Amino acid sequence: MNPLKNAEKGMTIIVKTIAKFIVPPIILFGVYMILHGHLTPGGGFPGGVIMASAFILLTLAFGKEVASQKLRRSTASLLESTGALIFLSLALLGIVVGGWFFLNFLPKGHPLKILSAGFIPLANIGIGIKVGGGIFAVFLTLAIFRVFPKK
Amino acid sequence: MWQVYALAILMIVGSLVAVHTRYLLSAVISLAVVGLALCVAFLYLQAPDCAITQIVVEVLALIILIRATGVERDMTEIKDKKEIFAYEAVGIFIIAFAFFAFRALSYLPEFGHPVMKVSQEYIRKGLEQTGSANLVTSVLLDFRAYDTLGEATVLFTAILGAIIVLREVGRKKK
Repeated sequence: MNPLKNAEKGMTIIVKTIAKFIVPPIILFGVYMILHGHLTPGGGFPGGVIMASAFILLTLAFGKEVASQKLRRSTASLLESTGALIFLSLALLGIVVGGWFFLNFLPKGHPLKILSAGFIPLANIGIGIKVGGGIFAVFLTLAIFRVFPKK
Repeated sequence: MWQVYALAILMIVGSLVAVHTRYLLSAVISLAVVGLALCVAFLYLQAPDCAITQIVVEVLALIILIRATGVERDMTEIKDKKEIFAYEAVGIFIIAFAFFAFRALSYLPEFGHPVMKVSQEYIRKGLEQTGSANLVTSVLLDFRAYDTLGEATVLFTAILGAIIVLREVGRKKK
């Protein structure tokens, strides 16, 4: 099914065309912000929210059926739990390796390189997955649930 | 520095409009003005991490408030009479707060010149102890990682509660 042809759901074809072009760069920017969180401003939280906002743009432009084909709400909830578990298991691995909770056990590396700062990039990835999945799940929940009855 | 004070005044005006306007949509837009002014204020105060997080969360909250909660359909005016007692109570509280806060505020350090010993230690040793070039990330995920874990738990619990309360599956049909 071509979502551009389905004119009934979502917004106008102008919004749909622009959204189709702009969603991949938004996701790419979110990934960049998560992976470079220990080098440049940003980090896991804003990166995850940016990636969630790309899927929210899909939901608003194409309707929630098309967006649910890309990422279902159960999958988003699963992503959130996975990210939280990644972050927590990194903290617990510190106890196993060195005896301290949240011990930065990986090698520090050379500053200003992408592979540096120990486990901070991994923690950023975990937080990004958690925040992105969680924000999209709560948006889908709020968008599906109708507080005001339809007239 | 006058730009930050101008933005603070804009934020105060935006919050007052958000509280006192008669339309729900105007209140939401005024709230967005407050958030965007806060974002620009963060940029003037040289805090790009806070600015990025602020603008992303603000835009998302605006979308959720407008689209998901059905504000655009709820354009009914608020028809109640204005409460005189609320203004009096607010005035009395402001006077009392200013009276008691005057001496305490005069002892505060100058704006932008903190006297915090711990954070200076973080700034001096952040790069060599964590290897992270972004000092904010090194504080968030290394020095104060407990704080981030608690924050993640709070967000997880909030989203869990929203999904459970607003669920479709398993709800009793009326």
